[in-house]
Amino acid sequence: MNVAITPTTVDARGLACPMPIVKAAQWAKTAESGQLMDLLSTDAGALKDVPAWCRSTGNELVEQRAEAGVQHFLIRRA
Amino acid sequence: MTTELLERPVETSTQDLEPLPLHEPRDQTPAKTKEMVLISWSGEYDKVMPTLILASTAEASGVHCRVFMTFWGLLPLVKDSRRITGSNWMQKMLSFMQRPGIDHVKLSKMNFMGMGPWMMHTLSKQYNVATPHELLEVCQALGVEFLPCQMTMDMFGLKREDMIDGLGDPVGAATVIELMSHAQASLFI
Repeated sequence: MNVAITPTTVDARGLACPMPIVKAAQWAKTAESGQLMDLLSTDAGALKDVPAWCRSTGNELVEQRAEAGVQHFLIRRA
Repeated sequence: MTTELLERPVETSTQDLEPLPLHEPRDQTPAKTKEMVLISWSGEYDKVMPTLILASTAEASGVHCRVFMTFWGLLPLVKDSRRITGSNWMQKMLSFMQRPGIDHVKLSKMNFMGMGPWMMHTLSKQYNVATPHELLEVCQALGVEFLPCQMTMDMFGLKREDMIDGLGDPVGAATVIELMSHAQASLFI
């Protein structure tokens, strides 16, 4: 069964390490299992840091793409 | 107290993405509690920054972090408004020479009478890096435990009312050894 889930946009554009991860963790604290987040970042370090955060916390990195100079990380709450 | 960085609102996007397969329940075995202990000894700008960045990121990644603040490292936990601390002249002299508070941390090198930290602040602002003050608040909001060193408090003549709010009880070396022996990672900074 497929359902369309609207991801919550979490805007961490312009923020440097460690703020994108802090923002992601804030979302994860309140989100329910299965919910999606579209994390936006312009921090080059986030390219490696966000996938690492997903591995540490067990949240699933569904998709990672660059769009107009902004990295989008689609993450599903474990 | 939380910072502006934490208060920036989370917007909900209106655009629907491609339908996604329903989330399959994963193995729900509880993750082992991971712990990290940092010993913050230096109290300098360039060492307090990575300490706070590691602590906040650990907490954000599900690793419970405790920071033992000892010797010079204790001074950033003194309220910024405190200028002269202690009761005898030596303690007062110490706080006069080395102003306590997170907003008054100095660089370990290239301090140049305050020019260095000023340039760091300017660069941080330019590149949107959080200041030590903001990072300390982020850490506290995320649940990092700051443990002041009792011996340092006694020696510097610092009382609980001199320290910022939300700190753990002052402890000594034995407590830190116990915490470190349970933790997966410990660092002395």
